[in-house]
Amino acid sequence: MRDNRRTRVVLALLLLTAFTLITLDIRGGTGSVGSGLRGLGQSVFGPVERAAAAVVRPVGDFFDGLSNISSNAKKIAALEAQNQQLQQLVDSTDTDRRRAQELDQLLHVAGLGRYRMVPAQVIALSSAQGFAWTATVDAGTRDGVRSDMTVINGDGLVGRVISAGPSTCTVLLMIDPKFDVAARMAGSGEIGNVQGHGQAPVELELFNAQAQVVSGDQVVTLGLSHGRPFVPGVPIGEVTRVKPTPGALDRTAYLQPYVSFTSLDLVGIVTEPPRKNPRDSVLPPVPTPSSTLVTPGSTPSPGSTASPGVLPSPTTTP
Amino acid sequence: MTIRRVVLATALLLTSLVLQLVVVNRWHLPGGGPFLMLLVVVSLAAVWGPMPGTVVGFAAGAILDVAPPADGPMGLWAGVLCLAGYAAGLVWLDQRRPVWIWLVLVAVTSAAVVVVYAGVSALVGDPRVAAAGVLGLIIGTVLYDLLLTPFVVPGVAALARRVDPAPSIR
Repeated sequence: MRDNRRTRVVLALLLLTAFTLITLDIRGGTGSVGSGLRGLGQSVFGPVERAAAAVVRPVGDFFDGLSNISSNAKKIAALEAQNQQLQQLVDSTDTDRRRAQELDQLLHVAGLGRYRMVPAQVIALSSAQGFAWTATVDAGTRDGVRSDMTVINGDGLVGRVISAGPSTCTVLLMIDPKFDVAARMAGSGEIGNVQGHGQAPVELELFNAQAQVVSGDQVVTLGLSHGRPFVPGVPIGEVTRVKPTPGALDRTAYLQPYVSFTSLDLVGIVTEPPRKNPRDSVLPPVPTPSSTLVTPGSTPSPGSTASPGVLPSPTTTP
Repeated sequence: MTIRRVVLATALLLTSLVLQLVVVNRWHLPGGGPFLMLLVVVSLAAVWGPMPGTVVGFAAGAILDVAPPADGPMGLWAGVLCLAGYAAGLVWLDQRRPVWIWLVLVAVTSAAVVVVYAGVSALVGDPRVAAAGVLGLIIGTVLYDLLLTPFVVPGVAALARRVDPAPSIR
């Protein structure tokens, strides 16, 4: 007999448990069963993911224990290891340079907007099968991170923290369909709402149906009092297309976010909003024909010469 | 016997979870990428039978529901993978079965879990389903899982048999 009553009873019980959890999770907000379990998962699996990311990512650390060796054979092994390590160092220089450049850009943005933030690295990303666009980063409540804090990188708005564990937190990315942020047009000051749509373009809904919008217009976060969930003045993206909606009560445009979500690595979690609204000072300069001729990455700008490996203290005070 | 099963299942599920979240998802594969945990659940269930398959599936789904950066409806993966484990357990393969049964099993369960997950998400009003491109995701998941089957399933199945060489029929 392949299948019997007992198996079916167990199946029914487990399905009932799952169904109960789903129902409870839909009803409850913060402090519900769902968020409690997620907090538990954050504490249990966060450190596991951190450890795994630490093992997987820096390749060169495997050969550290090979330096104290006396016999010849072992010396050869050590030299071979060193050779390999050097080879890896050569290979990873590009990555280090890129990371240093990203950090430099992030610090630049933080300085411009006078945000106080905690730098963090993406360690895990959500699967496509779960439909969510979320990421785990390696900073948590121990670093002062709380739910609903704004997450940025050197290019602009990344998302917001939706749950925080001791050493990790989960970031809802701006392209997630559940993501919502109050926004402001950089020039005209028109107010609207930005919403993610997964791989489809981000949508901006302006409350004024007569608002003048053209492609190339820049959009920043509006920001609410106390800077949660969003601090003011963070660049969101540029208008690429305006949706023709005659007779509608609002105006809809599509945005190209400044942040590239497929190569997300170093981010900053804003732990303290600026005392003064930075208005439009953080926006990237409007591209001019001459600057578009420079291929990205070919010549590092003078500001990006920070030496790799030298990282600032976790809390950066502007 | 049961303790050894629990240890092996835990180790395999944790390994596949970490590989999925920390390594595979960073590649941003077109079509979504493979579903490693499902491959582990299907392999274990097909060797151990429906009852252990149901339990392993539920455990895998529960881990997937709470491990960061998960943000779907809590308990949904637990229910979906529990069903997948039960279904794979019903097929209950032994070494004499032809290889193609494994491929059919992986393809059917891969498509089914995405369909059921999307269906329930849509029923509970999750706005993400509309933006997800479910059809492309089903095709992508099935293809990647089939591609990985020869590399993952025989190894996991062999480990499962070694831990529990003569599964008692329950």
